[in-house]
Amino acid sequence: MLEHDVLVVGAGLAGMRAAIAARDSGANAAIISKVHPVRSHSNAAQGGINAALTDRGDNWEDHAYDTIKGSDFLGDQDAIEVMCRAAGQSLIDMEHMGVTFNRDDEGKLGTRAFGGQRVARTFFVGDFTGQALLHVMFEQLVKSGVQSYEEWFVTSLIMEDGKISGVTALEIRTGQVHAIKAKTVILCTGGCGRLFEPSTNALIVTGDGMGLAYNVGARLMDMEMVQYHPTTIAGSGVLLSEAARGEGAYLRDRHGNRFMEKYAPNMMELASRDVVSRAEQTEINAGNGIDGCVHLDCTHLGERFIMEKLPQIRELGIDLTGKDMIKEPVPIRPGMHYIMGGIKTDIDGQTNIPGIYAAGECANVSVHGGNRLGANSLLDTIVFGERSGSHAADASKGVSFSNFNPDEVVANEERRLQEILDRPDNGDRWSKIRREMGDSMNRNVAVFRTKEGIEETIEELQGLKQRYSSVPVHNKGKVFNTDLIFALELGFMIDCAEAIAISALERKESRGAQFRLDYPNRDDDNWLKHIVVTQGELGPELSELPVTITKWTPEERKY
Amino acid sequence: MDVTVKIKRYDPESNNADYVWQEYPIAIDENATVLDALIQIREDDDGTLSLRCSCRSAICGSCAMKINGQGGLACKTKASESMDKDGVIRVEPAGNMDTVKDLVADFDMFWNKIREIEPYLQPEGEVPDGEYVVSNESMLHLSAVTACILCGACVSDCTVLEVDKSFLGPAALAKAYRFTADPRDGNEDGVSRDRLKVLGQPSGMWDCTRCNMCVQVCPKGVAPMDRIMAMHDQAIEAGYGNNNGARHADAFIESVGHTGRLDELRLPVKTVGITNIPALLGFAPVGWRAMTHGKLPPLIHKSVEDVQIIRNLYRKLEQ
Ligand SMILES: Cc1cc2nc3c(=O)[nH]c(=O)nc-3n(C[C@H](O)[C@H](O)[C@H](O)COP(=O)(O)OP(=O)(O)OC[C@H]3O[C@@H](n4cnc5c(N)ncnc54)[C@H](O)[C@@H]3O)c2cc1C
Ligand code: FES
Repeated sequence: MLEHDVLVVGAGLAGMRAAIAARDSGANAAIISKVHPVRSHSNAAQGGINAALTDRGDNWEDHAYDTIKGSDFLGDQDAIEVMCRAAGQSLIDMEHMGVTFNRDDEGKLGTRAFGGQRVARTFFVGDFTGQALLHVMFEQLVKSGVQSYEEWFVTSLIMEDGKISGVTALEIRTGQVHAIKAKTVILCTGGCGRLFEPSTNALIVTGDGMGLAYNVGARLMDMEMVQYHPTTIAGSGVLLSEAARGEGAYLRDRHGNRFMEKYAPNMMELASRDVVSRAEQTEINAGNGIDGCVHLDCTHLGERFIMEKLPQIRELGIDLTGKDMIKEPVPIRPGMHYIMGGIKTDIDGQTNIPGIYAAGECANVSVHGGNRLGANSLLDTIVFGERSGSHAADASKGVSFSNFNPDEVVANEERRLQEILDRPDNGDRWSKIRREMGDSMNRNVAVFRTKEGIEETIEELQGLKQRYSSVPVHNKGKVFNTDLIFALELGFMIDCAEAIAISALERKESRGAQFRLDYPNRDDDNWLKHIVVTQGELGPELSELPVTITKWTPEERKY
Repeated sequence: MDVTVKIKRYDPESNNADYVWQEYPIAIDENATVLDALIQIREDDDGTLSLRCSCRSAICGSCAMKINGQGGLACKTKASESMDKDGVIRVEPAGNMDTVKDLVADFDMFWNKIREIEPYLQPEGEVPDGEYVVSNESMLHLSAVTACILCGACVSDCTVLEVDKSFLGPAALAKAYRFTADPRDGNEDGVSRDRLKVLGQPSGMWDCTRCNMCVQVCPKGVAPMDRIMAMHDQAIEAGYGNNNGARHADAFIESVGHTGRLDELRLPVKTVGITNIPALLGFAPVGWRAMTHGKLPPLIHKSVEDVQIIRNLYRKLEQ
């Protein structure tokens, strides 16, 4: 029988940090992931990780203020305080583990500027910070000896008397279904970007954890807050990091003008992401773009500088657009990138369901509110991954395992999966349904939103849901059946899409990433609150939670 | 743009125990990568096709496979540049590993070798309160190696692994170098003595034959072979030059420098040492087999005709 005190689902930065922390606290911890840990999407983070280091004259309160302002005052200030206070030590810990951070002339950690922050406090490894951190975290996971189930796909959470008691998982390589008992489960499954088309996110980022948690009664909060990143490649949606602008790149319209002058005269290209994305979309809509894009211009930075600081994104530009940023500007546009919303947790990662924790992008501790600052997400994964790991380890002490019969649980899950495989082969495949959903979301629940548009998408989602209930799986085999996995993922994505759309319709104001053309202003009197979605008998139900404000009173947001 | 993707398929569950080549004629975008083409096939034409992929941007390391016979990342390879004159792109799973299904290779051995080198920083001295103060150059140098995404393209095409599965291989050794070259790893001078000693054992750093294949196929410019060579220098400097691997390298250089060719008869003797009777006796069966099969190298080792040119080359290198 497989059983663990703490079972972490997801082996990105948040998950591995949580598993190591749980193990350090003496728990029998394990980690389970649908891809090998180093294949996780945390890899993709290019730009860096924020921390206010006091020996550089920075302080955590300034970092907290920038984060709160960036969040358009929707972030919970108690959680933001926790994150910004812990940032320095977390960063140094990562350095001690072996991350090869770039240095300054004195050999100390070097910084770069990032959007929405008044000082340069973003620490980085070239332009592949996420990969550098993820690989080092994996090294530490190997060192810690945590049991790791690699290429196992979690299909459902097992509940008993309203508490978590384990998970069922499909071993991808063999097609075998397993039941794993656990006293606590930490969901670290990342975001849900693929429900938009296109997206900067990797193909595995499909909202599984949010869907799993939602299906057993957890609360999804701030789901309408979807970040569109200002610099993505048209077509594939692949990202060119904010590091480019952080290092001095310009945004230009078709006439060569730096249009950010009109929108953020002080911060210019380095205003908050929501602000820059809206500016670009406004220019593109006004006919000042170039084939639906604007230009990211790095040509003035020089070859040597680009090769040292931005080598990977230069390669990406060449590989995917055929343009070498050393020589010419690269066409880019706003694209879906990150979800601020997620499974509502407290500052220790606990959800409203006993024994279930969440951390990383799938969670919403509420440090990002209406708009995440660049380089705050990696920090979020590490700080709250660690906190939930240690808390879950402590919480599982003195608790005993559930005595459910694993064979029975496995048999039930096998039956459910077999029913899916046995469906007739006619009808649209998951790929077609996913693309239609992605197009609809990207059309109506994107940078600019209206009541009519969102309603159209909600209606389309109902139709897609209907079609999904009989979606066929062409591959009937057991070994590495990704066809089946994509079909299962689509179910999680549709749940998330619905939660996003109905929250966006509910919030009748513009704040952070949510911009309603029909309600263009922020309205603190009525909407300084979180919108929560839970699963009811007849479908999603909406409720509200207050925003925690400690010492920073909401004010007008200008850059 | 029309293209035919020819995929080497294998299904362990089918009655046919062997692989089959299957052709998919499809239309793709001019800018499409080989991965875009494979995804299109999987999504529109054939749901039974299995492959690993995720980031689409050469960072997650999932999509290494053989494209037209050479290891590489499908997401970093332009389809238009991979077609032959008939518009065909040949795709097969990564080499030197078993196949799980279709383009999915069995990476167990790969990960075991990564684990084998103890892939985590092991400083021997005091850990400072703040960050380690080290030069930016040293970190940039390491970052060029940590840029490795562990995709396995180098392992797929490694010519040593083809004949000797016990070899640690280019990916694990490059990863090892990432520690031996880290000023924070090892003793106060940043020398990782224990690592260098262990890595010098058989199947370790000295088994690389410098074929340069890993350098050619690496999609991230990590140049594993160059790192292995740099590790040889570190090992010799740390006093671990007196082992079979290092002696093998010396004997190799000496032989070619002297006669212009490899003296296969004396190489093993010099490698293990003339006084190492047990090891020498160990070669007897190989020698016997070689002799009975007419493959024994000539007893008198002759120089090549233009040996002078080679000697001049050596002299130049030494200068
Ligand atoms: C292109 C890009 C660039 C970015 N740049 C930055 C940056 O510069 N700075 C910054 O701070 N943030 C950045 N971000 C955001 C940041 O990278 C992510 O938010 C963060 O890494 C998420 O980490 P995570 O641990 O929560 O999830 P992930 O790293 O996505 O890991 C999720 C894990 O869950 C597993 N999983 C999912 N579903 C299942 C299932 N059903 N069963 C089993 N396992 C499952 C996966 O296998 C994976 O291991 C960027 C994001 C993108 C897309
Ligand atoms: S898909 Fe990630 S490396 Fe190719």
